[in-house]
Amino acid sequence: MICIHWKGPLQLQQAYLIAIFGPHGPDVHQVPARVVRPGSSLGAISVDDLVAVLCPKGPLRMLVETAQERNEPIFPALIYSSAMIWMVGMANPAINAEPTNEETDEEAHQSEGSALAGDWAEPETQVSSGMNRSYSTEDDLDEEDRGVKLGLGDFIFYSVLVGKAATTGGDWNTTLACFVAILIGLCLTLLLLAIFKKALPALPISITFGLVFYFSTDNLVRPFMDNLAAHQFYI
Amino acid sequence: MTASVFFGCTFIAFGPAIALFLFTIARDPLRVIFLIAGAFFWLCSLLLSSLVWFITVQISDKESASQQKGLLIFGVVLSVLLQETFRFGYYKLLKKANEGLLTLSAEETMPISIRQLAYVSGLGFGFMSGAFSMVNILADSIGPGTIGIHGDSQHYFLSSAFMTMAVILLHMFWGVVFFDSCEKQHWWSLAVVVISHLLVSCLTFQNPQYVGSLVPTYIIMFFMGLWAFFCAGGSLRNLKLCLTCKDKDFLLANHRPR
Repeated sequence: MICIHWKGPLQLQQAYLIAIFGPHGPDVHQVPARVVRPGSSLGAISVDDLVAVLCPKGPLRMLVETAQERNEPIFPALIYSSAMIWMVGMANPAINAEPTNEETDEEAHQSEGSALAGDWAEPETQVSSGMNRSYSTEDDLDEEDRGVKLGLGDFIFYSVLVGKAATTGGDWNTTLACFVAILIGLCLTLLLLAIFKKALPALPISITFGLVFYFSTDNLVRPFMDNLAAHQFYI
Repeated sequence: MTASVFFGCTFIAFGPAIALFLFTIARDPLRVIFLIAGAFFWLCSLLLSSLVWFITVQISDKESASQQKGLLIFGVVLSVLLQETFRFGYYKLLKKANEGLLTLSAEETMPISIRQLAYVSGLGFGFMSGAFSMVNILADSIGPGTIGIHGDSQHYFLSSAFMTMAVILLHMFWGVVFFDSCEKQHWWSLAVVVISHLLVSCLTFQNPQYVGSLVPTYIIMFFMGLWAFFCAGGSLRNLKLCLTCKDKDFLLANHRPR
């Protein structure tokens, strides 16, 4: 808790957030399937994410812009930040041997999830465009202020999808396929982020990939692999 | 089946690959990303080949066992060819991405060389291939049951584990040789890689006569390993320097300040 709200090692903060929010994925499955079907609800949530972040009057876009105007960080317990500098001319601070006074153009990829108890978390990934900061030798920049930030609600939805894949069907191949697809979706989102340099929703690409691979692995790849394993053929 | 079978088979199949990952890839996030991307490309190739196989099965005679087996063999051959095609596609994508990264970043050298990418992508293909082959079998090995109760081979789990290990390492060697051949435009060595992959898969049609499939696979793996070693720039001199810890370039490059 100290790590999140005050100062502490970044790895500890990251580990704590993952440990707390990751396992909530399967909790969603406690809701009976006739009330909400995870496949369609995931699709609906990702469309909603897209709208909320990209539309000019979208609530999350306004939230991020307000935070930027007031020069305040978004509530730290709702964001997962990585210290990895993903793009463009900024050397990784661990190997940066000569810190000089440079203006660095950073993309702070911020996202927010409203993790109210009992409510659906609304995840968005947002990026504030080009915050210029001077990087001095005193190293007064917090490690968290650099690198990309991802909303914790996003984590929950990723783990919902993987959890659904794991619990239904009992086939590990489907789970693995979803896992890889979501990771690639996240990579693509970060790539788009580097290109467009503005707030982007984290969900749509990952969830789309995840769902596509989930259904196709379940229906197409599974019989193929089962047949191969039965004869012990290797591809 | 027992826990010892499960753990034994897991470590036989994935031990070398996990060790390689932990010691050479895990520390560098860029390599991890390219590993996952390699795994994704393998997955796409599998998806496409499963789709084609599924369609052929739907339009075929489902009662005839020999026809189904024939279709499965066709599926295997198609899958191998598609995997190599997707490996080539990944190579093209990485070349473009490397150029892009170079222009975007202020540094003058590429953050990751094409040889490292070859190794990482080969391992990514291997991980995914091994995982898809082995994970369901491992999950079944924890549950109750008796192997070969209907007269099938008793060595199913063990042979699967050894085969999976060979396939993972082979994918890594194929990746290195493949990328090197593409760089130097030696199309004949590219063809040799594809043919050896086809050979390894076709040898498994002899299962459960494991002598016919496992032994040649390991021989092929040994020779591919040697070839990949020389493709990656290794030599007897390098090896000697490395083993006696006298390789100054390596020591300097990996020196971490305390």
